Amino acid sequence: MNTNHLKAIVAIKRVIDYNVKVRVKADLSDVDLSNTKMSMNPFCEIAVEEAVRLKEAGIVDDILVVSIGPKNCQEQIRSALALGADRGLQVECDVSASPLDVARILQKIQQEEGADIFLLGKQSIDTDNNQTGQMLAALLDCPQATCASRIQIEQNKAIVTREVDGGLLTVEMPLPVVITTDLRLNEPRFAALPKIMQAKRKPLAVKTLADLDIKLTTDIELISVSSPAHRQAGIMLNSVDELISTLRSDAQVQIPKHGEEA
Amino acid sequence: MERDVMSFDVVIVGAGAAGLSAACRLKQLAQTQQTEISVCVVEKGSEVGAHIVSGAVIDPKALNELFPDWHERQAPLTVPATEDQILWLRNSTQHWTIPTWLAPKTMHNTGNYIASLGNLCRWLADQAEDLGVEIFPGFPAAEVIYHENGSVRGILTADMGLDAQNTPKSGHMPGMILEAKFTLFSEGCRGHLGKALIEKYALDQNKDPQHYAIGIKELWDIDPVKHQPGLVIHGTGWPLQGDTNGGFFLYHTDNHQIAMGLIVDLNYSNPWVSPFDECQQLKHHPVFAQYLEGGKRVSYGARAIAKGGFNSLPKMTFPGGLLIGCDAGTLNVSRIKGTHTAMKSGMLAAEAILDAMQNQQTEAISFESHFRNSWLYDELFQSKNFGPALHKLGPFWGGAFNTLEQNLFQGRFPLKLHDKKADHLQIKLAAHCLKINYPKPDGLLSFDKLSSVYLSNTNHEEDQPCHLHLHDNKQPYRVNIPLHNEPAQRFCPAGVYEVIEESSQPRLQINAQNCLHCKTCDIKDSGQNIQWLPPEGGGGPNYPNM
Repeated sequence: MNTNHLKAIVAIKRVIDYNVKVRVKADLSDVDLSNTKMSMNPFCEIAVEEAVRLKEAGIVDDILVVSIGPKNCQEQIRSALALGADRGLQVECDVSASPLDVARILQKIQQEEGADIFLLGKQSIDTDNNQTGQMLAALLDCPQATCASRIQIEQNKAIVTREVDGGLLTVEMPLPVVITTDLRLNEPRFAALPKIMQAKRKPLAVKTLADLDIKLTTDIELISVSSPAHRQAGIMLNSVDELISTLRSDAQVQIPKHGEEA
Repeated sequence: MERDVMSFDVVIVGAGAAGLSAACRLKQLAQTQQTEISVCVVEKGSEVGAHIVSGAVIDPKALNELFPDWHERQAPLTVPATEDQILWLRNSTQHWTIPTWLAPKTMHNTGNYIASLGNLCRWLADQAEDLGVEIFPGFPAAEVIYHENGSVRGILTADMGLDAQNTPKSGHMPGMILEAKFTLFSEGCRGHLGKALIEKYALDQNKDPQHYAIGIKELWDIDPVKHQPGLVIHGTGWPLQGDTNGGFFLYHTDNHQIAMGLIVDLNYSNPWVSPFDECQQLKHHPVFAQYLEGGKRVSYGARAIAKGGFNSLPKMTFPGGLLIGCDAGTLNVSRIKGTHTAMKSGMLAAEAILDAMQNQQTEAISFESHFRNSWLYDELFQSKNFGPALHKLGPFWGGAFNTLEQNLFQGRFPLKLHDKKADHLQIKLAAHCLKINYPKPDGLLSFDKLSSVYLSNTNHEEDQPCHLHLHDNKQPYRVNIPLHNEPAQRFCPAGVYEVIEESSQPRLQINAQNCLHCKTCDIKDSGQNIQWLPPEGGGGPNYPNM
């Protein structure tokens, strides 16, 4: 394997835009997405940017971007192509696939493509599972580095710095590898107008689940979605005494009376 | 600085009803004439529809011409207007219902549709892309670029990635020049490039000043039992008082939703007027409360409206380009509708551009004759007195005049009324006006500004140059604050302008990240001291279904 001609796959997800206030449907069945602004999941965008930087550094020479979803997820694939990816692949799927199903689909694609580096966002901002990358590594039986904040590729090895509680952890592993990206890995570029136009002419293949011989599992059912509890408005009090009595009566806080043992 | 340049036959600024209709028409005409024409649309919103807010009851007249098969193409006009009600709110609890025969017939809505203009624009963008139009959301046009001979060459897109001091951050992407044989400006009401073009080419010479209003809109989920899809309610009266004119709307649309709002004319004189608070108060009237109680507000937006009509309509062509839709001011105020007229103006512009390209002309001069021979001209001509009558005679006698003129004279009353005073010149001294104490919002029907702005999904990258530019930084301290109690803090529907009382003296703070791109501040500031400029691409509201 030549370190200078590596192949990368980036998996991306179409999600509700991070600026949009999420609204739950009146019947609590799901989040209301009708005519709502949708975007590439921010962590996925970081993964695309990293792949493009590896390409610009001469390490990777082919970037395939995969998204699983209905036809409109092609918009996000085109955005990734505008950022610098080479090819797109949409896997048609009209229902929300579970992390395990997504990993199984990606496994099939990897079997066909044989990529050296598989990049994914560490999680999507809609369902927040943080599972797909890990499951994919297990299915592919290859090493993984999650929550990456620095990636170096050297002589068939990946050296990845991971963000862990209270510090950084640097790990080294042989390719092929599954890496999931964290927020501080890079700052994605703006897509330039001419690149957006060029992206419209880059190859974008479409496959069905049947093409990949995948049947979705049905062991997870969405029961209900609800909004966070409404925060009560604050009240202004005039004195410490009033505060203590309000805490005792309304908030049921146990405050010892003056002179009592706490 | 050396800029990258891209060339097209036509560049269109703004993916609204006018711009997208022009784009579609250009491609359709090119197909019939078997020629090739490259059309590019730039849009400052993060996606098509993100910045669109309108009532809306839409007359499908222009759409019927543009896509006669729009039903089959599943245009999002699905709720026919079935019933018109016209009300006069006498006070906070009572109202009169105006019999339909007593209302101007331009207010009748049979054959029209209650719809979201944002969604119609999303659909129009799909049609345009299928026809081969290139649409680039997230790219504002920052400046007009001119040829040496003074004709329009195209536009410069805004830089991405500048910090608050105007210096490039990492990832900075300089704007590029998009040049074209013809550039169409369809930015909507008070577009900042439209404003510059009107001035440069004196397009408003011998015209009345443009007149404006601010429209505030909310979308509510209501109890399905109270929902009557197709019901259209318009009216005026309470809570507007004095010389503050305007009107409200309440439309029962689909999905058990109501679109409601208030339009306040910007020629009001009392600096204490707050259109936002008027709208909040309005919802407590039984006419509104009967539907809204128990419901949930799901969206909020605001936008200025150009409503001067025929008398204020500037010349729409100039060398290298055209001004169309609300950027020029094609709204028909007598029908409270601007969508079909904006679309038609775009379609006529497309025809004129193809004529000019065939004849190798740099100005689309045939636009004037296309316009004069169209129903758009007739509509605007017939309603020329509607706005001035309301401004001069007040809502009651002005309304009576309008009923007479529209119903008996078919809009051809021999007298022409004019309104020659610009809206921003009307504001009086705060000390000479009655201070209005608006009631506190109850959190059920009425809300404060910040929780409202939250529902618009507006967002601007924090570290960027302030897009609300004061020509004179001292003017607020010399004039607006001491004399008028800074009206901007009340006419801005998003809480952008805030006067903070500090120990030494008050300080005007501009919270540009709240901006809804409504342009009211650019219009109503008495000294015309505020210049609205486009922020970094993709910034601004993200309206769904508005």
